[in-house]
Amino acid sequence: MNPHNQSIDELKQTAAQVRRDIVRMVHAVNSGHPGGSLGCTDYLVSLYFRVMNYSTDFTMDGKGEDLFFLSNGHISPVFYSTLARAGFFDVAELATFRKLNSRLQGHPTTHEGLPGVRIASGSLGQGLSAAVGAAQAKKLNNDDSLVYVLMGDGELEEGQIWEAAMYAPHHKVDNLIATVDRNGQQIDGSTEEVMHLGDLRAKFEAFGWHVLEADGNNFELLLPALEEAKAATGKGKPVIILMNTEMGYGVDFMMGSHKWHGVAPNDEQLEIALQQLAVNVAADY
Amino acid sequence: MKEYTYTEKKDTRSGFGDGLLEVGRQNPNVVGLCADLIGSLKMGAFQKEFPERFFQVGIAEANMMGLAAGMTIGGKIPYTGTFANFSTGRVYDQIRQSIAYSGKNVKICASHAGLTLGEDGATHQILEDIGMMKMLPGMTVINPCDYNQTKAATIAIAEYDGPVYLRFGRPVVPIFTPADQKFEIGKAVMLNEGTDVSIFATGHLVWKAILAGQILADKGISAEIINIHTIKPLDTEAVLASVAKTGCVVSAEEHNRIGGLGDSIAQALATSKPAPQEYVAVNDTFGESGTPEQLMEKYGLSENDIVAAAERAISRKNG
Repeated sequence: MNPHNQSIDELKQTAAQVRRDIVRMVHAVNSGHPGGSLGCTDYLVSLYFRVMNYSTDFTMDGKGEDLFFLSNGHISPVFYSTLARAGFFDVAELATFRKLNSRLQGHPTTHEGLPGVRIASGSLGQGLSAAVGAAQAKKLNNDDSLVYVLMGDGELEEGQIWEAAMYAPHHKVDNLIATVDRNGQQIDGSTEEVMHLGDLRAKFEAFGWHVLEADGNNFELLLPALEEAKAATGKGKPVIILMNTEMGYGVDFMMGSHKWHGVAPNDEQLEIALQQLAVNVAADY
Repeated sequence: MKEYTYTEKKDTRSGFGDGLLEVGRQNPNVVGLCADLIGSLKMGAFQKEFPERFFQVGIAEANMMGLAAGMTIGGKIPYTGTFANFSTGRVYDQIRQSIAYSGKNVKICASHAGLTLGEDGATHQILEDIGMMKMLPGMTVINPCDYNQTKAATIAIAEYDGPVYLRFGRPVVPIFTPADQKFEIGKAVMLNEGTDVSIFATGHLVWKAILAGQILADKGISAEIINIHTIKPLDTEAVLASVAKTGCVVSAEEHNRIGGLGDSIAQALATSKPAPQEYVAVNDTFGESGTPEQLMEKYGLSENDIVAAAERAISRKNG
C-alpha cells in the first residue's frame, strides 16, 4: 500500500512544498534544472503520496513493491525532494544537492547509495530499457507489482527509446506504466522546432502500446488517469501515458518556456517564486 | 619447457555456450539475452532448456544493455550475448551509465573479438574493446584462452557480484587447459617457469605463447609463460614476481597495442620496478578481411613474432 495515501488537498500541499524545495535547491547552488522539475511535481507527488505501493525501508530489489525509474535524470530536484518528503531520507539532506561529497548528485545515481534510486540516469534514453528489464524480472519472480518510468518528450529523440518501445509489446511487458512528460520544450527550443515528435499517440499505438493521455498539472484529472493506467495493466500490452505538463508550473515567470530548463533563479526571483508557493514555510528544509 | 599437448580444437564461444547452459542449471537467477546472434554466440542450448529465462532482443544492443541492467533489480544475473564490437563500442554509454556507474551485476559476453573473426573484416574486428572496458571503474575484464577456460569463466562469473566483460572468439583453437581447472577471477595462471624473459599472454595468444616458448627453448632461452586471463583486476603480484626473476617482458594479445594487456602490465611495472617490455599486439590500425591465420601473421601476432619480441626484450635487458 501507499505509506501516505493523501487526499487531493493534501497532495496539493505536498506539491507546493516540493516546488519550494526545487527552487531553493537550484538557487542554493546556482545550477540544476527547475523547469522540468516543477512541471513533473504533481506526477511524482501523485505516485509517491497516493498511487504507488512501496516501503520507505529501501531495498534495491524492491520485491513486492511498485518501482519508479526516472529516465530524464536532469529533473533530479523533483525526484530528490519527493523521495525526502516521502520518507526515504532526511529532508535536511536536500541542502547538499550538487555539492561535494553529497548523495544528491547533479543527476541521480546509485553510486552514492541514496535510498530510492535504483539506477543512474542523466545520459538520456536509457530509463525505458531499464524499466522494461525490471518489469520482466518481476514477472520471473512472480511479483505482480508494477514498474513506472518517466521520460522527457525531447528524450524520445534518442533511438534507444524506440528499441525499447518495440521490445516491450513484443514481449508483452504489461506490468509497466511509462509516462512521457509532454511539455513540448527542450534545450534549444520547442520540441516541434528542434525535432518534430508528431503524433505520439499514433506512434506508440503503432508499436503496440496501450496509450493514454493525461493533464499532468491537475490532480483532479491526473489521479483518474493514473488509476486508468493501472487498470490497463495485465492485459498483454505495456501502458504509456502522454502527460501534458507545463514546464516551470507553479512559478509564473518560469512557465511554458524552455529558458528555465537548466537555469537557476537569482535571489530576487527566488523570493517571488517562494511567495507564489507559500503553503507551509515552517516545513522548509 | 613444460610440454603442452592437445587432442581437440574448439572455439571459445562454444565454451561460453556450454558454460551458460551449465550455470543456468546451477543458478535459477541466470538469464540470457541475445541480439539476434543465438547461433553465433552458441546460446541455443540455454534458450531451449530455459525459454522463460531467455530474451531475444533483436538487433538492438543499446536496449539489451539497459534491459540487463534493469533485470538485475529483482536479483537476476543477466548474460548478454553479441559480437564484441556490438558489446562495447556500440553501447559504451549504456554500459557506462546503466551498468558500470550503477554497479549492476551484468555479464557482458562478447564473441568474435579481435582479428580472428576473419573474413567479415574490420567493421566487425574490434581491437579496442579491452581498453574501453578496463577504463570503466568497477568493470572486470576477462579474456580466456581456450574452450575449457571460457566455460569455467562463464560459470565462475555468476558467483561474482558486479559487472564483467567476458571476451572470447570465433576460431577453433587447441584445448590445453584442464577441464577441471577452477577459474579464479584476477589470478594469473603459470604455464611455464623460466628465467630469461616473462611472456604474459591473454586469449588466443596464450597458445601462441606456448608455441613460442618451445621455439625459444630450442634456442636455449628459458621463457616464463603466464596466462593473464583477467586483464582487470590485473594480478600485479604475479607480474612483479615474474619480472623480478626474469628482468624483461613480452606482452601478447589480440588487441590494439594501445589500451590493452600490454599497457596494464607496463603501468604495473612503471609504478613499481620498470623493465624492458616488448609488445605483441596490433599496431594501432584496423584489421581487414582474410583467414584468421593470414591475419594473425600479417598483423604480427604469430608465435614467431613472440619469439622475436622475446629476443629483443632480452637483448635490451642485457643492453
